[in-house]
Amino acid sequence: MSMHEITIKVNGKPRRLAVKSNELLLNVLRDKLFMTGAKYGCGIAECGACTILKDGKSVMSCLVPAVAADGWDITTPEGLADGGTLSHVQQAFIDHAAIQCGFCTPGMVVASTALLNENPDPDEEYVRDYLRGNYCRCTGYVAMVSAVLDAAQRMKAE
Amino acid sequence: MNTKFLEKEFDYLKPATLNGALEILAEKPNVKVFAGGTDLIVKCKTGAPVDMDYMLDINAIDELKAIASGDDGRLELFTNAKLSTIEKDERVIKDYPALAAAIRAMASVSVRNMASIGGNFCNASPVADAVGPVMCYKGVLRLLSKRGEREVAAEDFFLAPGVSVLEKDELFHAISLPAPAANTGSAFIKLGRVKSDIAKISITVVIERDDERIADCRIAMGSIAAKPLLVADIGQSLAGKAVTQKLIDATASEISAFIKPIDDNRTTAEYRTDVAKVIAQDAIAAAWKASGGKL
Repeated sequence: MSMHEITIKVNGKPRRLAVKSNELLLNVLRDKLFMTGAKYGCGIAECGACTILKDGKSVMSCLVPAVAADGWDITTPEGLADGGTLSHVQQAFIDHAAIQCGFCTPGMVVASTALLNENPDPDEEYVRDYLRGNYCRCTGYVAMVSAVLDAAQRMKAE
Repeated sequence: MNTKFLEKEFDYLKPATLNGALEILAEKPNVKVFAGGTDLIVKCKTGAPVDMDYMLDINAIDELKAIASGDDGRLELFTNAKLSTIEKDERVIKDYPALAAAIRAMASVSVRNMASIGGNFCNASPVADAVGPVMCYKGVLRLLSKRGEREVAAEDFFLAPGVSVLEKDELFHAISLPAPAANTGSAFIKLGRVKSDIAKISITVVIERDDERIADCRIAMGSIAAKPLLVADIGQSLAGKAVTQKLIDATASEISAFIKPIDDNRTTAEYRTDVAKVIAQDAIAAAWKASGGKL
């Protein structure tokens, strides 16, 4: 099995790593870079807990061989806040109490960030459709949808 | 089943050129092409049999990600064009709306950001949503190898679940879609339990209208046989006919009687047979109206 040296830009910082061909990006982030924001949920891209951004677009890191991510520019949940200042999406999730157990929250916040990158002025249907790849078994989604819609307003007001 | 790790061991190859990829396919045994990984990695993790000693990553080959205009108004979707790129492409939305609709009905945004159109074909699932529209729009698939190039009609590509005519040394290169004739209308309908589900059943109808009559009609269905199927004879039998509700009902009944679905974990053969008639009625009517026809 081949070993590969890769460079990934993680939250703006280039990281050089040696990985085996069958190592997964999610595990490398969590176990080698100690970034445990992205979660292991289903492992087969159905639940969205492992969502990260690649060039601002959402992808599921549980299905990406780390070696295939060589040269990628990625954002993990840790990279959303600007120092101690939360992003509009993060703050809106708190303000709307769009969290219960919290396990889906990192993926949900990352996917919502991708959503607003793509469409800064979404309606409710758009948000519900977009987030259907991120499962939450606690909240019933209502607070999350209103958080994303509110985050869009806050971004516009800025 | 442990989906946390990829237990399978393999070597990883990432050629910079198309020719490099074809050489690897010609020379190495048990090569699997990695485009988006949304089928391949899932299969590896869930223990499906995957003969892979080499993973061939084609993501360094930019030309394979393109959507390009070809000769005679054709549109070429290269194998690693991402589903999310295709569903937003202006030319696809305008000329091949059933394809855009089928892709939007697939999986989640994140998966569509990763998944490739070629992968949806090469995985050769009887349920593959993007296949029906390509068949109905008369798409031709271009398969490349060091031995040369060949073209296969989309409806001739599939053999059995997971099995296609693609040879071990061949790369699924591109889908070539002809420019649609004037007065063409199309519709795609898929039934699942919730929106991002894999289909219980799907249907695509593309109708070319000649005044009050059908000039040409192509109907394709998913999840009703061991492979995605162009229901060619029933579609062709409509050519030259004036469209009435009676004709639509009769055709839908014929389709329902023709298909050979199975019971599986998504639904039953009985349900598929019953509901095939309903979605056929709706899809034929919608395609006819989209072509400018009146009912």
